[in-house]
Amino acid sequence: MGRNALFDRMADPWIVVLLALPALVIIVLACVWMGLNEAAAIGAVALNKLPDAIVTIREGVRALDAGLDEMASVFGFSRLKRLRHVVAPQLAPFVAAAPRSGFSLVWKIVLVVELMGRPNGVGFEINIAFQLFDVALLLAYALPFAVIMLIIETLLVQPFDRHVSRWRPRAA
Amino acid sequence: MSPVGDRARLEARVARKTVCTAAGQSVEVIADLSFALEEGETGALIGPSGCGKSTLIRILAGLDRNFEGSVLIPVRWRIAMAFQEPRLLPWRSLEDNVRPAAPAASEASIAALFAALGLSEHRTHFPGELSLGLARRAALARAFAVRPTLLLDEPFVSLDAPLALQLRRDLARLVESRRITTVLVTHDVDEAIALADRIFVLSAGPAHVTGEVHVAKPRSEISGEEGRAIAARIEALRGAG
Repeated sequence: MGRNALFDRMADPWIVVLLALPALVIIVLACVWMGLNEAAAIGAVALNKLPDAIVTIREGVRALDAGLDEMASVFGFSRLKRLRHVVAPQLAPFVAAAPRSGFSLVWKIVLVVELMGRPNGVGFEINIAFQLFDVALLLAYALPFAVIMLIIETLLVQPFDRHVSRWRPRAA
Repeated sequence: MSPVGDRARLEARVARKTVCTAAGQSVEVIADLSFALEEGETGALIGPSGCGKSTLIRILAGLDRNFEGSVLIPVRWRIAMAFQEPRLLPWRSLEDNVRPAAPAASEASIAALFAALGLSEHRTHFPGELSLGLARRAALARAFAVRPTLLLDEPFVSLDAPLALQLRRDLARLVESRRITTVLVTHDVDEAIALADRIFVLSAGPAHVTGEVHVAKPRSEISGEEGRAIAARIEALRGAG
């Protein structure tokens, strides 16, 4: 979409529609059409997150350096070589940003799906805690997620970020 | 660009090249421009800023195919180019910038090239850690590593005079020792005289060749007086355009 104007024009309205639709509407529709099962939960999560990820990566593709692309053409880089040496490193920050924002969004959507239509899961338990006004139980379910996110961020996302950005000159 | 078989010469004939301005106007930047270079020769295209030199070198490099005319380059010639900006991959070290461009180059030849350009101690550095002068040297190393037909688009522009002079000397040494067919685009008369066997003088747009000046070899033996005489001929041809 970032490189093909026709495909971008054709796909863009669908992206806008998916971005504009409230997550709740997609969740309810997924549950109505697919039943109260795992597939509905996964489908709803994917449909909610996909347009966001597509827009992030598309902006990355639009920002690709045309000068480096010309350099690759002149030096006869193959498609694979161009992807590895020229395109992938430029897209890396965008690829890293998509799951970073995605994790939290996906988690929230999963909770809503479980709260609405699943007989188990954290969302279901949070609903029980709400009905019992059990704040301790609520926090007991919420805090581990924050800890898991911190671990993912510290052990996976940040090292990946540091690795792909090691060529950037650091401020003194 | 059309590759041709056995003929060991580069032939460029651009009958017409127009560009579309942001205002939607079609402007002719090159008209009836032709020149040829034998294998191993260095040709300089010299003309005022904005006369279409960079457009011409983009055509030679195959980056712009929207023109009337033809560019004939022997199939076995490989093209390499040094752009006005170094255009190095900022996320790769200098040697990893050279290797993907010249996969057939041996370790020893890359090491020799880095040594010749004073880059040996910077091989593992990233481009962002280097000065503009060193980055330009690295771009030259990448281009030379291909053992190519070389296209140079004002490779020393925006460098201070002493550094440009030093790089010009390094480049002249490399071009002479390797006998690489080279097309140099420049607006600097001294640069053209220092590097080229043949100098093609371009008019202000639409660009066409107003005359050609041969520079006797070896260039290192050109006296100051001879250099001034060549420069005067170039200036006369510029005036004629």
